[in-house]
Amino acid sequence: MFPRPIAQRSQAAQWSYAALLPIALILWLLPLLGIAMTSIKPASDLASGNYFGLPTHPAFENYWSVLFDFDLWRYIRNSFVVTIPTVIGAVALSCLTGFALGTYRFKGNLLIFFLFVAGNFVPFQILMVPVRDLTLRMGIYDTPQALILFHIAFQTGFCTLFMRNFIAALPRELIEAARVEGVAEWQIFWHIVLPLMKPAIAALSVLVFTFIWNDFFWATVLTTSADTRPVTAGLSSLNGQWVAAWHLVSAGSIVAALPPVAMFFLMQKHFIAGLTLGAVK
Amino acid sequence: MTALPDAHGPKRSWWRANQQRLTPWLFLAPGAFMFAVYVIYPIAASFQFSFYDWDGLSPKTWVGWGNYAELWGDRNFIISLKNNIIWLVLYMLAVPAGLGIAIFLNQTVTGIRIYKSLFFFPFVISQVVVGLMFTWFYAPNFGLFFKLTEWLTGTGTAVLANPEYATYGIIAAGLWPQIAYCMILYLTGLNNVAPDQIEAARLDGARGLKMLWYVVLPQLRPATFIAVVVTVIGALRSFDLVSIMTGGGPFGQTRVLSYYMYEKALSEYGYRMGYGAAIAVVLFLIMMVFITGFVWKMVRDERGR
Amino acid sequence: MLRNPIITGLALSAALLGATSAIAQQRVLVFNTDTSDPAPKAAFEQLIADFEAENPDIDVQVNLFDHEGYKTAIRNFLTADSPDLANWYAGNRMKPFVDAGQFMDVSDVWSDNGLNEKLASAESAMTIDGKQWGVPYTYYQWGVYYNKSVYDQVGAKVPETYDQFVENCKLFKDAGIDCLTTGTSQMWPAAGLFDYFDLRTNGYDFHMQLTNGEIPWTDERVRNTFAAWNKLVEPGYITANAAAIDWQDAAALLSQGKAANYVMGNFAVATFKDGGLTDETLGFFPFPTINPDVARAEDAPTDTVHIPAGAKNPEDAKKFLAFLARADTQTKLNEALGQLPVNNESTVNQDDPFLSQGFTMLSEASGLAQFFDRDAPAEMAASGMEGFQEFMAYPDNLDDILNRLESDRQRIYK
Repeated sequence: MFPRPIAQRSQAAQWSYAALLPIALILWLLPLLGIAMTSIKPASDLASGNYFGLPTHPAFENYWSVLFDFDLWRYIRNSFVVTIPTVIGAVALSCLTGFALGTYRFKGNLLIFFLFVAGNFVPFQILMVPVRDLTLRMGIYDTPQALILFHIAFQTGFCTLFMRNFIAALPRELIEAARVEGVAEWQIFWHIVLPLMKPAIAALSVLVFTFIWNDFFWATVLTTSADTRPVTAGLSSLNGQWVAAWHLVSAGSIVAALPPVAMFFLMQKHFIAGLTLGAVK
Repeated sequence: MTALPDAHGPKRSWWRANQQRLTPWLFLAPGAFMFAVYVIYPIAASFQFSFYDWDGLSPKTWVGWGNYAELWGDRNFIISLKNNIIWLVLYMLAVPAGLGIAIFLNQTVTGIRIYKSLFFFPFVISQVVVGLMFTWFYAPNFGLFFKLTEWLTGTGTAVLANPEYATYGIIAAGLWPQIAYCMILYLTGLNNVAPDQIEAARLDGARGLKMLWYVVLPQLRPATFIAVVVTVIGALRSFDLVSIMTGGGPFGQTRVLSYYMYEKALSEYGYRMGYGAAIAVVLFLIMMVFITGFVWKMVRDERGR
Repeated sequence: MLRNPIITGLALSAALLGATSAIAQQRVLVFNTDTSDPAPKAAFEQLIADFEAENPDIDVQVNLFDHEGYKTAIRNFLTADSPDLANWYAGNRMKPFVDAGQFMDVSDVWSDNGLNEKLASAESAMTIDGKQWGVPYTYYQWGVYYNKSVYDQVGAKVPETYDQFVENCKLFKDAGIDCLTTGTSQMWPAAGLFDYFDLRTNGYDFHMQLTNGEIPWTDERVRNTFAAWNKLVEPGYITANAAAIDWQDAAALLSQGKAANYVMGNFAVATFKDGGLTDETLGFFPFPTINPDVARAEDAPTDTVHIPAGAKNPEDAKKFLAFLARADTQTKLNEALGQLPVNNESTVNQDDPFLSQGFTMLSEASGLAQFFDRDAPAEMAASGMEGFQEFMAYPDNLDDILNRLESDRQRIYK
């Protein structure tokens, strides 16, 4: 193990490590703690200049206010409306493409695979004008479908990379054996490969959920109204109304961050497995 | 798993003979179609738009290389380009910083798992929220950072109002989640470092930095590769933070190409779609240099398997 | 529309993804508006309720947009999903839409309802190619808002001339108060300052020629404008770090007595009052005279409602415009907005000292400018405001700024 386990070191080293950990964490999360603290301050605290002290009383009504007086709940709902179908769509499509690229050897396999990989790195801006134009011409501008379709297509690049590598690492003997028995190809996919892909599907779902939830750029390009804008773009417009009301900005930020954070803590193992794919080979 | 009995019709047998060849294409079709429509075609279309003058309302007019010629003399474009380079260089700090934190946290004391997740936490948060947090942190007159500089030097520094510091202020905000990302990549990598090699090196008397450099880092190469890839991409994509924190200001000094492009093409005072497309093409070509490098290395690894 | 098979296929799958188009009522008016701030929001809700009460068979559906986001959104919805009515602004700001055929010619609404007389003051700002393209419903004055308590505290008098204003600034500075506050993170407040320095230094005609691109930015007269402005910048009489401050944050400084004056539009009164000022402690005066030989002109931006060319229900939309132009409607709407009606048969709430002062000021003005970012074309407005913002932080960069604006001018007004 690197570095040398602290347990093998002197007592003093162990103690100072134990003391250093929480201090480092607090420093690391300082902006977050500040926002969390601000989010439960009553407006009067900020007006009277109490920016850094403890709140005079915890004002949880700030959360109520951003959710219902400023309709943040609607943006949250919109985010779910966009995110959930995208996760399903992108994962489903990439199971198919990943299977095709991971199990079959055919001419153009690598070329197609790397086209997906390269597309995944492309700057969004090169897509912006044409995608916006396309969306307008399809008549779905400023609807959840506009975002869902685009996100599915774009995430397919990343998801294919992931799925293909996962499937390629599965034992080939299983597939060969089934073929010898005369099992149809789609049945091999459905009955043999898909059940083995469950961990990959879980990992990808969590990751794609977070990516899509946190998307801001496409939300501003493809949606405009409060009925369709996801929470990131919603927060940015509300920010325009909340100038100087940092207790509301903070509460809104925390609410907007909550779903992916919850997802992360609940599905941590899958999340990290997804993110670090390829980092260990 | 069940192998269904086959019906032996003539059609069936044609399919049977060819299904190995055709199946991958059928499986690829839906994903490839979506990808072609939403990624491949728009890239080509952007190249085409960049030769037109178009406000999104009236018909397009052909201007040839006009947009590119204008870019050359556009001071804001030069500023954006310069800032993109600053972003690229400074963003790279996320890689060693992530490694440092990973090494710091790679222990087995009680509760370390919770520490690891909490350190990783910033990556999960949307950049919009990160941007708002740091705007608050830097806010003139009452921000924590402003107060801190006021206490240290006597006059507070309003980072985001200062054309010299503002870009660095935004990059610092961007580094926060990026370091967390690199950290988690390295933590996983460290987990997989071969313990016997470490022990052998230890017996040879290698320790500290020497051990890190000669024994550990070579084994972390895959993690480093991914960390560099995601950091480069992240640096060139930097849009959210600039948009939330400064909107390109003060007086346009924090613009980056990705933001300037949006500004020219879609913002209140913009609507020059063709000009925006030309900026996007330049950004794309810069990115292409990196993408080609990454993909080339990946292809090599793939072939070497 | 869907000639391309790929697009048809995608649209189809989009529809399958669940386009939920509810079965709508027979006569619906879709109204896209940016009146998201509390006071305008309430005023428009009342306006629409009144209209629906008069026309029970029409259902007005409002899409409320964030004020800043709307400026981007309008382009998209005009070409994609046209409402029947949309808010916008008069002057050069509506020109791109008129040129591109996105706004409907509503000259008939004007002639049928005698609006050419009733809305005479805004007619020129609404006319392009001899036709009217929308209905103005409100405008508001710009000027100097000040904190009376702070004036009393340092013993300053309300200035008539700019020299007196600068004198006062010394008093405020000694008391540790910002003489003039502003927050230019959204840039336009800087444009308000420029407008007034230019209108007072060089007059209305010059200002219009400048925003029309007929005068070089390197002209000596433009330099005079900035020289006047610099009398506040150089000695540090303007709030520091304005570039990172939102206009509302700066308004809070005025309310808290940390600043004395603010060059603003009348819409800011609500924000000042939210911050604790009242009719007794908040004052207003017209921007002071710089050059006594120049006739006083004012900034008075006009807000308007238009019918997009793609409107699905133009008949009822015109009915709405006629309703909106009516004297009684404008009286009531502007009372709620706290602004001035355009219809000259409307009445102004005399209990509101700011409105009555503004009304007098505008009726005595030699000319009404719309606002820098409405008088100048969008690109010029953007680079101009960036330059103004920079000037306030780095007045020494003036030569550089003016050279840049001049080269932009030569490119933009080709």
